[in-house]
Amino acid sequence: MANIVQVLVDAIALGSLYALVALAIGLVFGVMRLVNFAQADYITIGAYALVVPTASVTPPLLLGALPAALMIGGVLSVVVVLALLTERVAFRPLRNSNPSTLLISSFAVSYFLQNLVMLIHTGRPKSVGIGQSLANAVEIGGVRVPGVQLLTMGVTAGLLVALVLFLKKTPLGIQMRAAAENFQMARLLGMPANRVIALAFAISGLLSGVVSLLLTIQTGTLDLRMGLMPVVYGFFATVIGGMGSLPGAALGGFLVGVASVLLQTYLPTDLRPFRDAGVFALVILILLVRPQGLIVTSAAKERV
Amino acid sequence: MKMPSLAVIARFWFPVLALVVPLALIVVVTGQFGGLSLQRTVIEMLISIVIVVGLYVFVGNSGIISFGHATFMAIAAYASAWQTCCEMLKPITMSGLPHFLRDQSIPLLPSAIVSVLLAGAAAFLTGLVIMRLTGLAASISTLAVLFILNVVYSNWDSVTMGSASIVGLPTYVTAWLALICAVLAIVVAYLYQISAFGLAIRATREDEVAAAASGISLYWSRLIAFTLSGFLVGLGGVLQAHYLGTVSINNFFLSFTFLALAMLIVGGMGSLAGAVVGVVVITAMVDIFRRLEGGISIGGQQWSLPAGTQELIIAGFMLLILVFRKDGIMAGREIGLPQRPQRDKGLING
Repeated sequence: MANIVQVLVDAIALGSLYALVALAIGLVFGVMRLVNFAQADYITIGAYALVVPTASVTPPLLLGALPAALMIGGVLSVVVVLALLTERVAFRPLRNSNPSTLLISSFAVSYFLQNLVMLIHTGRPKSVGIGQSLANAVEIGGVRVPGVQLLTMGVTAGLLVALVLFLKKTPLGIQMRAAAENFQMARLLGMPANRVIALAFAISGLLSGVVSLLLTIQTGTLDLRMGLMPVVYGFFATVIGGMGSLPGAALGGFLVGVASVLLQTYLPTDLRPFRDAGVFALVILILLVRPQGLIVTSAAKERV
Repeated sequence: MKMPSLAVIARFWFPVLALVVPLALIVVVTGQFGGLSLQRTVIEMLISIVIVVGLYVFVGNSGIISFGHATFMAIAAYASAWQTCCEMLKPITMSGLPHFLRDQSIPLLPSAIVSVLLAGAAAFLTGLVIMRLTGLAASISTLAVLFILNVVYSNWDSVTMGSASIVGLPTYVTAWLALICAVLAIVVAYLYQISAFGLAIRATREDEVAAAASGISLYWSRLIAFTLSGFLVGLGGVLQAHYLGTVSINNFFLSFTFLALAMLIVGGMGSLAGAVVGVVVITAMVDIFRRLEGGISIGGQQWSLPAGTQELIIAGFMLLILVFRKDGIMAGREIGLPQRPQRDKGLING
């Protein structure tokens, strides 16, 4: 019994992480129809900001050397600034392009950033120890839960509530939802396009920063492609959730996370390496049944 | 029916000739005067043309970005490796192969044909599922396909040797063979894009709703393009495998996908000429910056660019193109003869 509970905790913790990534992707997609590959590099660069750029495998800490609050603030601001910068330099000039062009340009931005990190930090994986105390397991009702998983779940829950409050209660949040619903119309009614889009990027940067911290605490390693798999999972989450729907993105994130952990646990050992393929095949299957995703929004189909 | 005049034939084939003749010239000239490394670059360029023209058949005509075409290349390349590679080692390194593959080699030409057919079949099956989706969701799903293949081939150790390279494929690809295949790809792509199927899918690219209202099936037109482009990139995969002599799954992943897409986008994904021009431009840039990274001496002083500069510059260049010339260098045009004067139009149609 405890075993099943343990698996469920794993599943929900991973699902929370993917839900955060999916929300970051979904927010930006909502306001400008951009599927942002560079989200992966936001996560990577946030994590790399913890260390001093050297060729060493165990580099000295940079932001990671600061007290916890400053470190968190530092990493988050690095990622937020990076997200705003990419928006300003690469995506704003393309705002009126079609979604395919935007998709391709974000692919180029991502490739650029990834190689930039490689140029600065070299390509070898590094180890970094922050928040080691969180790796210790906490015992709750006979189940041992790693502290970082509790943290992930807690942070996700907190951010979800904050995001919902922001979107429902504040003027900017309402404008953002209006923009996602019908950008043209919202603009005609006085929605400040630049500010709302920049804000969407800032929030998605914030979420990515949180993800990079959680990932680094969990794995203790830095890798050029550390952001890739979470973001690819996040993409699939937004697609099966229904593109343009934020609840859909969060739901999709939880689904792929849970599916991933369940496959990891219950697949025969020989087949476990193929887990990701299983999850992605599942994604395609869900799309076969519901091509528009689980939660269909008016934004999913182009207006005629 | 009257035989079309020579002028009409010339006009019909001109967009193809305008691409093929310069390529042939490049092969002849570098074959005569170029050094070995330049000749290698030319062969790589011609193979890239096969691949990018294949990619263009779907992406250019349908307007849907595909991240999944490296999948079909990998399928063809591995299929060819299983059939032709290293007869002595196969039973040990790839013990999971069915025994008609494991214990014998298959002649080169039939094996190449089988591999290309397999890639096309894989594209058809994938397309059956993915072409049901709308544009962006389809793009993301092609990414899923790429990842699925990558995960499967890098872990299916008994058949693919996992993420290790299969070494020792016969290397029979010469500049002329690569040129013939590039010409073949260009001709196929050209005939397809001016056929009724090609026109139909280009209509869906311009306006899905209007095309569907005119009786064009989005699903079938896209599925045909996807399958055809699967065959062509499969051919590219076979060529690459038998040019390098090695096959490794890591060469068919995101970096490769990025480079192929960059070639297509820089040239302009709206036209066949764009696909070819993009390959030539990006190949030249990659080659130049690779040489600079390797180090050159100017005025007796040795200096070099740091490794990784080339990737940064290609990505930056692609972004500049997207921002300032988003339809690419060729901006969707083919290279054609200038339009005839008005009075001749009746004659062409008659």
